Amino acid sequence: MTNRTFVVLCLVPLFIFSIAFLALPLIRLFLASGESAAGWSIYLDILRKPRYLNTLILTVLVSLATTFAALGVSTTAGMFLARNQFKGRGVLLSILTLPLAFPGVVIGFLIILLGGRQGLINQITPGHVVFAYSILGLFLGYLYFSIPRVLLTVMAAAEKLDPSLEEAARTLGASPYRVVKDVILPGLMPSLIAAGAIAFATAMGAFGTAFTLATNIDVLPMVIYTEFTLSANIAMAAALSISLGLVTWVLLLVARSLSGTTVAAGG
Amino acid sequence: MIKSKTKLLQLTVTLTACAFLFIPTVMSVMAGVTANYFKGISSGVTLKWVFQVWELYADSIFLSLWLALACLVVTLIIGLPAAYGLARHPGWFSRILEEFISLPLAVPGLALALALLQLYGTMKGFRTSWTFILVGHVLYTLPFMVRSILAVLAAMDLKTLEEAAASLGASPAKRFFNIVVPNAMPGILAGALTVVTLSIGEFNLTWMLHTPYLKTLPVGLADSYASMRLEIASAYTLIFFIMIVPLLMAMQWASSRAQRIAN
Repeated sequence: MTNRTFVVLCLVPLFIFSIAFLALPLIRLFLASGESAAGWSIYLDILRKPRYLNTLILTVLVSLATTFAALGVSTTAGMFLARNQFKGRGVLLSILTLPLAFPGVVIGFLIILLGGRQGLINQITPGHVVFAYSILGLFLGYLYFSIPRVLLTVMAAAEKLDPSLEEAARTLGASPYRVVKDVILPGLMPSLIAAGAIAFATAMGAFGTAFTLATNIDVLPMVIYTEFTLSANIAMAAALSISLGLVTWVLLLVARSLSGTTVAAGG
Repeated sequence: MIKSKTKLLQLTVTLTACAFLFIPTVMSVMAGVTANYFKGISSGVTLKWVFQVWELYADSIFLSLWLALACLVVTLIIGLPAAYGLARHPGWFSRILEEFISLPLAVPGLALALALLQLYGTMKGFRTSWTFILVGHVLYTLPFMVRSILAVLAAMDLKTLEEAAASLGASPAKRFFNIVVPNAMPGILAGALTVVTLSIGEFNLTWMLHTPYLKTLPVGLADSYASMRLEIASAYTLIFFIMIVPLLMAMQWASSRAQRIAN
């Protein structure tokens, strides 16, 4: 057997698997989206019918809010942990990255423990404060999911930033605000855009968290799920899935070209 | 003074984020061993709920372990030779193939599950067997295995090593097992731990692919969140944490080790 034949043979199992269980199913899904009475104009219906359009707008808004909140929190914490050595730093870092392995459903449950009827906030505050099943609860769930992922990306980038640039800016009399705005943020920008794209894409498609929390909220993954299981509207479920998949795929492609890596673990 | 004020702000944000992530985790652990959550921890510490979870959901836990193991075997059989092939045969075909198998990292699991159901849902024997869930898990974890091994292989001079072995008369297969596999070990280890961690926690695909007789651990979790009392749901989450946290730590250790070797 020649060298080349052996190398090509090594790729055969992967090729067969990805054709059978990735390429063909995705093609089938795409074809299924055009099989309703509406035909291919079903993709226009997503924008024309208020139910789907409102879902889309709400999903994008929650995902955007998650993205900016996660960027703000994780950049601050990430820069702090990357630039300071102190006792307990390792513990804080572990706490902030631990949830990487938590599936969305578990995060949903943790939010219920915080904001549900028997939750912590309801117990320690006067009055009846239950937010787990509201849009705020969903937002907090997505934020919980995103903080570790954004943090790791930011810290990897922060370690590559040259601290002497910040020193130089400080000795030249720059205020801390100016140091952040003119030195740190521009240096981090590619990673921040990448991390933001990851956070946005995962929030758009987060099914597990929505499944536990969004029983009364129409976000995209939940609408896909109910269209498929309850309404048996398979064409619309397929069309929404294809659109969602395209958006998240393009976003992560951009993220990867900017930062070189994607942090993804858990689902 | 101003400098310490910014530090103080940074510290506050960091600690708040830690509290936000950690407090509910602790609460969940506590609730799992509290006799009556409504009355609080003063009602006594008990393992009653953990045992009850074991009675109710042991099958789910074993199914998840079995799936994770099967998923590891399949991703190794497919991924290890594939990573070698991709490393030795760089070019447009390999790049497109690598990009393509990475799609499940970007496309939500729900969409992939619908695609699998559309094509194979009518094949009853396959649809209702555990191998259907396995396909979903392999689909999702395979890119992690391939990339993890590929990163290590790409960093070493595979060609020179192999030419040396070939000049001594080693066949391609022999070179693969005696040179490639030992050298790729750090990548294989990191990939393996990632695959097992992700498979045990996978929910998005599994929820759509599972049948009432085949519930994995996370599916059981969702089930307990919806229908069981808080203590049982918490005890089940506690069992999940005990399984997943050591795996995650091992995975992070192995990944950073593999990355150091790759660089």
